[in-house]
Amino acid sequence: MSGAAYPVGVSARDVAHERAPVRSSEPAGAYQHLVVAAPAIAALARPGQFVAATVGGATSGMLLRRSFSIHAVDPDAGTVEVVVAAHAAGTTWITERRIDDVLDLVGPLGQAFPLPDGGGAAVLVGGGYGSAPLFWLAQVLRQRGVHVEIVLGAASADRLFGVALAAEVADAVDVTTDDGSAGTRGWVSDVLPEVLARSGATDVYACGPMAMLRAVTEAASAAGAAAHVAVEEAMACGVGVCMTCVMPVIGADGRTRMVRACLDGPVFDGDRVRWDAFGDGLCRVPDDAVGAPQAGGH
Amino acid sequence: MVDLSTTLAGATLPNPLMTASGCAANGKELHRFFDISRLGAFVTKTVMPAPRSGRGTPRMAETPSGMLNSIGLQGPGIDAFADEDLPWLASVGARVLASIAGGTPDEFAQVATRLLSSPAAASVSGIEVNISCPNVASRGLVFAIDPLASAAVIAAVRAAVPAHLPVFAKLSPDVTDLVTIASACLGAGADGLTLINTTLGMAIDLDRMRPHLGGITGGLSGPAIRPIAVRAIWQVRAAMFAERIPTAPIIGVGGVASGRDALELAAAGASAIQVGTATFNDPEAPVRVLDELAGLLDERGYAAFADVVAAAHPERRRQ
Repeated sequence: MSGAAYPVGVSARDVAHERAPVRSSEPAGAYQHLVVAAPAIAALARPGQFVAATVGGATSGMLLRRSFSIHAVDPDAGTVEVVVAAHAAGTTWITERRIDDVLDLVGPLGQAFPLPDGGGAAVLVGGGYGSAPLFWLAQVLRQRGVHVEIVLGAASADRLFGVALAAEVADAVDVTTDDGSAGTRGWVSDVLPEVLARSGATDVYACGPMAMLRAVTEAASAAGAAAHVAVEEAMACGVGVCMTCVMPVIGADGRTRMVRACLDGPVFDGDRVRWDAFGDGLCRVPDDAVGAPQAGGH
Repeated sequence: MVDLSTTLAGATLPNPLMTASGCAANGKELHRFFDISRLGAFVTKTVMPAPRSGRGTPRMAETPSGMLNSIGLQGPGIDAFADEDLPWLASVGARVLASIAGGTPDEFAQVATRLLSSPAAASVSGIEVNISCPNVASRGLVFAIDPLASAAVIAAVRAAVPAHLPVFAKLSPDVTDLVTIASACLGAGADGLTLINTTLGMAIDLDRMRPHLGGITGGLSGPAIRPIAVRAIWQVRAAMFAERIPTAPIIGVGGVASGRDALELAAAGASAIQVGTATFNDPEAPVRVLDELAGLLDERGYAAFADVVAAAHPERRRQ
């Protein structure tokens, strides 16, 4: 299929369902950077929100949508950009789409990064291609007069995303890799205390794996800064109906609930997330969560 | 224009399409994508007496043409449902088929009673009694695998609900003889049956060499189980034609993703059709399936949806 994007379903004020033709698809290190025509989504999206795409085409046996944070939008051109890692069959199918192939997208979904009123300093931390939404966020923050520093980390140099882009949109950039193939050898949390200290940042924005988000939250708290973390939870629908992307988060009333990352997140205040519940690829329900299993379990 | 209306034990609905319990939350999420009052009925997520966190994660595994889930009946509890969710559904004009569950027959009855004390109780078109969710602690011991236990729950709910309000028993395909269970439910006062709930499955994470789901086993749903749904509906409807069990309406559910799929369940004997897992792929799936079904019926020259219900059975073809 080719041609213009067009809506699939009835769109509400804040969400759209579009058939989005691919405008370009280029490798970016270990990832694929796609630009698609999705004007309704482009007009609505804010940094931190995501889109959910079907995979495999109309006769696919893969039913579940894959969710991707929005890397950039151009409301005038009507385009949306995402960065995709070919983890398995579904994401590989997306990376194999060529110009004029069509993606079925729902978006923008989830809560955007909260923005400060203006001024001050912020540090943006990305793990692997989790950095995708941070460059757009950096631009929005700088428009508000915020001093922006970016810290990018990955296992190795080819798994970093956006190092050159970071230099364009931030006042300073730090890079770490586990193997030392680029920047400082180590994790983002190794350099973060120093970056926070020198920048005097009041807000830290982060996207990446859970362990990294926890470490970022701890470093931010130690420096007296607020952590806004965007999680990468597995989702089946992205729109709040499947209840599979839940995680334990402390509410305004001080009580922990299993909330949907797709609706209440993906951006959470880091100090509200029950990091103690995560480990070894699992997330358990904390014993003090509302409605937690009694003896015998659910 | 095809007459799409359907009658379920005295409750007449403008069309036979419904959401499936647990695949549509409680309405607000999908109402962003389509007007849920367009549906014949909106089937709510199973509500239990108390708030319930559900299980840890992972709760989901994609499988060929389907998925496994081990949500564990996460929900707000009946008080919050009756005070907040149901009034919202009523405010947008939805007809509600309320899915309820409990740990004992008494708990089911208490949930039904509290539900009907809601200021929005008039929006309830019927009650779907979920005696077959595989994601409960006593898994393998769900009510719906035992005719006596099934009958005890249905009798308790029936006694708690006014006669004009139909009660549907949602059954599991994971039984030796589905007709025996259906018979027990109808004998205990169920006005109809919902066929089928998910079927129990499992996936293994080969990298970590352990069960993929936090709940170890999970309910399999999606097009992969549609043939099981068609079989279950057929068997129970055939037993009705043979007068082994009383004739009662069947709500069909299992792997419906298109109008053609809905027509297949109807032809097997379903008087209404629920769309579940397909909604995760396409948030407008329930109304898309409705439109596709209407188109198919029109194309094939049917005057009414009722004409295709059980149409594949020889007893209907001889008529």
